[in-house]
Amino acid sequence: MPQLNPQPQIKPAHEGVILTTVEDLYNWGRKNSLWPLQFGLACCAIEMIAASMARFDIARFGAEVFRPSPRQADLMIVSGTVTKKMAPQVVRLFNQMPEPKYVIAMGACAICGGPFRDGYNVLRGIDLYIPVDIYIPGCPPRPEALLEGLMKLQQKIAAQRLTGPDRPPHLNPGASGEFPVPQYGPHDLVGPQLAKPAKN
Amino acid sequence: MFTLEQIKDRLAAAFPGASVEIIPNASPSHQPSLLLPAGQALQLARFLRDQPDLRFDYASNVTGVDWPEKTVKEKVKVKKIIDGVEKEAEELAERKTAAYLEAVYHLYSMALGHGPLVIRLRTANRTDRLTVPSLTPVWRSCELQEREIFDLFGIRFQGHPDLRRLLMWDNFEGYPMRKDYVPAS
Repeated sequence: MPQLNPQPQIKPAHEGVILTTVEDLYNWGRKNSLWPLQFGLACCAIEMIAASMARFDIARFGAEVFRPSPRQADLMIVSGTVTKKMAPQVVRLFNQMPEPKYVIAMGACAICGGPFRDGYNVLRGIDLYIPVDIYIPGCPPRPEALLEGLMKLQQKIAAQRLTGPDRPPHLNPGASGEFPVPQYGPHDLVGPQLAKPAKN
Repeated sequence: MFTLEQIKDRLAAAFPGASVEIIPNASPSHQPSLLLPAGQALQLARFLRDQPDLRFDYASNVTGVDWPEKTVKEKVKVKKIIDGVEKEAEELAERKTAAYLEAVYHLYSMALGHGPLVIRLRTANRTDRLTVPSLTPVWRSCELQEREIFDLFGIRFQGHPDLRRLLMWDNFEGYPMRKDYVPAS
């Protein structure tokens, strides 16, 4: 009877084996294949398009597959001014995205209305209706800023715990990924908001 | 190329009853315009488009202007009896301007290479008599721009093929580009 070798036969580092946790592997996969929803709202969208082209090359971060359908998208980049007329459609598209889903508010308008904040038809920030993960200030932000925001989102995803109270909504049966779609009223959008807009 | 006075005289000769007025513009841009009477604007516009030497075949831009009622103070000469002697004296008098909405059209001639000719249509007031004729039957490019003016200023364009709101939603109330509009919150 041969004697058992107390040393392991495979040395992990030498044989190309790595040890990790399911959580890290899962998050590593998620953060490196964020597929954005293909839509743009204003001039920020031009910078977003520039970020997807060869010079800035968002493909380096696995986020170049802009999906024309919300059913296939993981990330909504709200790139530009959200008018009150457009806001219900943006919320509806976000509701149609499957979990896990994330939102980047790109530019001053998407964050708070920007220079058009006091206008008659501009929403004072998309975070009134859907939860925003990353805010990228700028008017418009440069493509580098969008990439920085994407990297910050990747760090956020990598740090997410898959269990416990802070787990992402898709692993929490009690959480809902649906948000109320605002309705057109006689002067303004009506319907519940996630927050009250700050007073000027 | 014709001067505005020449075009006005041509219109007056072709349409003897029409009261065409030159609206001066003292600003540096110096673009005086022609105010067309709303009742005959359609015929006048067709004339401007179809006359072989005018041929304003292209309406490049249509916009609206809101003129709310305004109080202006003017010096008026009045005769007064001062110490038993009648003298002329200057007095400040207040006057209220008329309130109305305007649609302003910028016309060019692609065929003859001249322009712009600025024409205006004026509503009777800015509350209930808001109808002016639509010039979309003359220049097709006016269609969306007249819809926008209807949406934002509230001018009713009679004869427009599809007069609906353009930028705001259908059940929106009010006209946001009017000077007295107060946006919600």
